[in-house]
Amino acid sequence: MNYPVIVEVTLREGIADPEGATIERALPALGFTGVTNVRAGKSFRLDIEANDEAAALLKATAMAERLLSNPVIENAVARSAKVVS
Amino acid sequence: MTRIGVIVFPGSNCEYDASLAMTQLGVDVDLVWHSQTDLSGFDGLILPGGFAHGDYLRPGALARFSPVMDAVASFAREGGPVLGICNGFQVLTEAGLLPGALQKNRGLTFISEPTALVVGSTNSVLTWLASPGQELTIPINHFSGAYTCDDLTYEALEANDQVVLRYKDNPNGSRGDIAGVANREGNVVGLMPHPERAMSTLLGSADGRVLLEGFVSAPRRDLRASAANAAAL
Repeated sequence: MNYPVIVEVTLREGIADPEGATIERALPALGFTGVTNVRAGKSFRLDIEANDEAAALLKATAMAERLLSNPVIENAVARSAKVVS
Repeated sequence: MTRIGVIVFPGSNCEYDASLAMTQLGVDVDLVWHSQTDLSGFDGLILPGGFAHGDYLRPGALARFSPVMDAVASFAREGGPVLGICNGFQVLTEAGLLPGALQKNRGLTFISEPTALVVGSTNSVLTWLASPGQELTIPINHFSGAYTCDDLTYEALEANDQVVLRYKDNPNGSRGDIAGVANREGNVVGLMPHPERAMSTLLGSADGRVLLEGFVSAPRRDLRASAANAAAL
């Protein structure tokens, strides 16, 4: 079965995030005040063939560590993208 | 005669500048397409600048899985001189052949300008002919050139004398002003500036010569082990 998964990649704590900093500076100019700790990242949506959801997430985590993120500077989290109806 | 291989990925664009610099230094040079897996016969390898695999995902992230990279890693492990320039540096960090990572520049601007550099460690195939503290003017041309690493890695770089070049006036937010690093053995080096574009005073600077002359004449050996042996004698 195919399981929809989302992998979110963000910069590790302590790693400078010039994109996040720029967005944070831009928000007040549009009237959005009171926003702090803006961190920019990437997200990937994948359909993964697996026996169950746990196995799909395990596969996604392995992909995230080898390719989707650079563990030197980034963290990756895989979660289910299944829409609960 | 010395023979240098310049690895060409889809999207590389500095391979001809790098080759011309090699020719100007009087060595043989071959372009090596990224699907090749045999690197025998080369005395040194250059991973040139550009946008390997479109820089998709992250600069260097996909190039790392090009078929040629296993052979590059073996070559490096055997002590062969490997030089990554700009995008080539990014590929070498993604491949784990050099520590740290290259991030988007501070200020999110693409920077293309001559920069003043200061030579740090001379225990590398790139800097062994230069003098510690020597100032060089060499152009940079990048968007993701901010050198980044965690505290532990940074301390190790300092302790093992692996920082080969620093910016005099940090243009991109690199940690510790780092412009180039070597592996512990000194045979794998990466730098963001383009020494191959600093080969002639007529074109702005000839300061890249001392680096590339060193690279093409670097003996294929563990420089540190040899230095230790020399010290012991």
